[in-house]
Amino acid sequence: MTSMTSTPEPLLEVANLSVSFPSEAGTVAAVRGLSYRVMPGEVLGIVGESGSGKSVSSLAVMGLLPRRARVAGSIRFRGNEMLGRTDKELSSIRGNKISMIFQDPLSALTPVYTVGDQIAEAVQIHRDVSRKAALDRAVELLALVGIPEATKRAAAFPHEFSGGMRQRAMIAMAIANDPDLIIADEPTTALDVTIQAQIIEVLHTAKNATGAAIVMITHDLGVIAGFADRVTVMYAGKPVETGAVDDVFYRSRMPYTLGLLGSLPRLDVGKRWPLTPIEGDPPSLVHLPSGCPFSPRCPMRVEICDRTEPELVPVRAPGEAHSAACHRSGEIEEKNLSSIDVFPVAQAIESTADRLPREQRPAVLELVDLVKHYALVKGAIMRRQVGTVYAVDGISLDIREGETLGLVGESGCGKTTTIMEILGLVRPASGKIVVLGKDTAGISGPERFEVRREMSVVFQDPMASLDPKMPIADILAEPLQTHGVPPSERSRRIAELLQTVGLRPEHASRYPQEFSGGQRQRIGIARALALQPKLLVLDEPVSALDVSIRAGVINLLQKLKMEFHLSYLFVAHDLSVVRYIADRVAVMYLGKIVEIGEVDEVFDLPAHPYTQALLSAIPLPDPHKERARRRIILRGDLPSPADPPSGCRFRTRCQKFADELDDRRRERCIGEQPVLAVQGGPDSDHRAACHYAQGYAVLKDVAE
Amino acid sequence: MTPVPENSRHDSRGRLVLRRFLRRWLAVFGLFMVALFFAFAYLGPDFYKWSYTQLDYASFMQAPSAAHWFGTTQNGFDMFALTMRGMQKSLIIGLVGAVLSTGIAAIVGATAGYFAGWTDRTMIALIDLLLVLPGFLIIAILSPVFNGRTWLIFVVLLAAFQWMITARVVRSMTLSLKEREFIYAARFIGVPNWKIILRHILPNMSSFLVIDATINVSSLILAEVGLSFFGFGVQPPDISLGTLINDHWQAAGTANGYQFYFPAVLLVVLVLCVNLVGDGLRDALDPNAEIGAPR
Repeated sequence: MTSMTSTPEPLLEVANLSVSFPSEAGTVAAVRGLSYRVMPGEVLGIVGESGSGKSVSSLAVMGLLPRRARVAGSIRFRGNEMLGRTDKELSSIRGNKISMIFQDPLSALTPVYTVGDQIAEAVQIHRDVSRKAALDRAVELLALVGIPEATKRAAAFPHEFSGGMRQRAMIAMAIANDPDLIIADEPTTALDVTIQAQIIEVLHTAKNATGAAIVMITHDLGVIAGFADRVTVMYAGKPVETGAVDDVFYRSRMPYTLGLLGSLPRLDVGKRWPLTPIEGDPPSLVHLPSGCPFSPRCPMRVEICDRTEPELVPVRAPGEAHSAACHRSGEIEEKNLSSIDVFPVAQAIESTADRLPREQRPAVLELVDLVKHYALVKGAIMRRQVGTVYAVDGISLDIREGETLGLVGESGCGKTTTIMEILGLVRPASGKIVVLGKDTAGISGPERFEVRREMSVVFQDPMASLDPKMPIADILAEPLQTHGVPPSERSRRIAELLQTVGLRPEHASRYPQEFSGGQRQRIGIARALALQPKLLVLDEPVSALDVSIRAGVINLLQKLKMEFHLSYLFVAHDLSVVRYIADRVAVMYLGKIVEIGEVDEVFDLPAHPYTQALLSAIPLPDPHKERARRRIILRGDLPSPADPPSGCRFRTRCQKFADELDDRRRERCIGEQPVLAVQGGPDSDHRAACHYAQGYAVLKDVAE
Repeated sequence: MTPVPENSRHDSRGRLVLRRFLRRWLAVFGLFMVALFFAFAYLGPDFYKWSYTQLDYASFMQAPSAAHWFGTTQNGFDMFALTMRGMQKSLIIGLVGAVLSTGIAAIVGATAGYFAGWTDRTMIALIDLLLVLPGFLIIAILSPVFNGRTWLIFVVLLAAFQWMITARVVRSMTLSLKEREFIYAARFIGVPNWKIILRHILPNMSSFLVIDATINVSSLILAEVGLSFFGFGVQPPDISLGTLINDHWQAAGTANGYQFYFPAVLLVVLVLCVNLVGDGLRDALDPNAEIGAPR
């Protein structure tokens, strides 16, 4: 062992690592020459989009790659080479000196053992301790990661834990043996923002408790900005920029990094921040061209870029930590170019000045006290109701012509149920749905069919929303055919639609799997536009896409809205996107709308504690602001919609209820359900449902 | 505009499946053999001197020779002509029955899974009822009723007792498939339900259905052989591999063993080949199967 020396020696040193996989189409070069060092106690962020090789490289460090992978280069942990060791040798290091936190906490825990047993097992494998001592340690660890009633919860099975709690248990397991290095592979990607804020807090705790270095792999630049000391940006299996967080974020010297930062909608500045989408898609890793892999998408491409791939070299002085792999990084450095200088800015921001006032425009969608309850039934033959899930519990909103309403909330808040009710066009259990002036309660079959022409939907997952067995032409023809458009007209319309969404008409004969995620989402949008609808329901249309692709789709949606005078119901959990695209926003919590109003009013001065917490939980891709922020961390998880708290539904997690109110005032929260009340001026339609609503500029205190 | 780089072009699904299938030489061999069986069964008699109705009074109980490839029976029938005629029946029964059985399973299963509710419960009850009925016995009892009429009824009956388990699998696949977003997309466009089933649900389980059909081919051939062996099913003067084996099983082990071995061995080889094709198809259609990737 060479540890415990006073000179800083790298804990982990990866040198020229390359990993490739044989496949049907040819050899996939997943990682091509990755080098990095992690010092003890340091946090290194590795950022990249899917397919950039970031996860594969960390699996290589752990020795967890499938056997068919070809690995070359060197991985030294505390000076000892890790590559080429047997699985048995690696096992004594894995989970002991190096541990890993995976993205999906559900599949990372064994469903048939209790959480306590699994953590105790991790302890016992590497240490000679009794079963009893190991279990005690498990309880201690669970308490450390913030699981309430740890003794009791240690005896619970993974399915009894929520997603956030499972991830906490994973972290407890990762730090069980006081590791020197923790590799966290997208640890918060599968979680809601408020839970993500909790988990990042726990990771801070874990780091302080063990003093371990952390390699944080993520696609979320916001998470990196606040958490990491140094960052490496990967593209097509290669590091393209690396350096201290501030250098990479504020002085990016590689066009890809610039584009990535420029394509993120900003929560704190909203529409004032122009989005600079990166055109095109990440390259296939099978037949990489000889030049810079980013050059086909790079606006700064010059002739040399297509010939030779640039090396990762220090930007300013030799030996300096900030390096970039770009032939023109010197030029970017010299002129101090930003994303707006390099990438074309899409002018998609519409002027709202010449529009009629909101009250005078007709409503395209109106919900009045919409209720959707699901009965919980038991028994196969003798069915009896044992409870009710209050999925949507009396929400009212309206969308005027030409308007975008953002509907936001965490998973389980009822957003999906709401749009399914709207799209189903059936009479709701209670309340009213009026689509384009037609009340769904009294609508006949043919009338409903006609309304379907006027309203369409774009789904979240571009992989699941297109039938994989159908060529694009058939997919786009389906709505046309269903609504009786003659065949001669159809093919013309299909070509037109493909052009509208930025695809080539020749693509019509291809199958969905031949397209990238962003292109498929465009096809989904084309299908939704086929019948020239008035209202588009967008169910998280960009959240499944890679960061660099998102901006393009967002800008496309903006453009289409103006071109075809569409109205959008935009459902999302990503508030930055909502701020950028929406005119108005409605925040949902446990089946109720807690705050609604003009998007800038709500985001600048949120009145409901939940909106405040939600806004505060979202990491900003800006290291200075991110470090300066005071974060509101919500307690616990979303309560079950089958058993909502009495009075105000948010009170069990409310920071105001817990910290600011006295017992007398709490009575009201417990006893009385708050209704939406107007905030701000009398002519404002900003409303919040809180007894003690009070504007608090969550984002302001960091913006200035 | 999003230019598509040249290297992002992929092979179509069909071509990919074909390529993966062709890489399994056993499956290709199986397919070749099945084709060969067909060619012999249907074209063979045209080029062969003897027909299955013809008697050769000059040779009874002759061992295989140049004149009679598979020898002759004690009545002077040519064994090769009989076997080919039997094979025609068996192949048709296997193929028609398999398509019929998989077709019923697909429609019943998908309808039950898609509509859920009472439709589902009724169809599940029907499936469970048919599962507990002894199909073999019922066909055996019914066979005198339509004796002498077309043997196609017999194919229908065989298929009718074959589809239930597949239908249950199709139903559960439909249950998960109908929650996929492209099904919702079609529904919200206003596409009628039956069109959604035919256009979206069934094509998305085609790999399973194809595999099920190939497996059914061999099991139906065997079921027919079993029934015919016991004297039900295909009745004389019609011939199937089953009746042939029934007529000659006592010859096994004697000097006239060829009378039994030729049809029996051919039957085994035929079923084996169909299974090889099915295996190959399954692996070729399943993108997760690790085959032929250069190591």
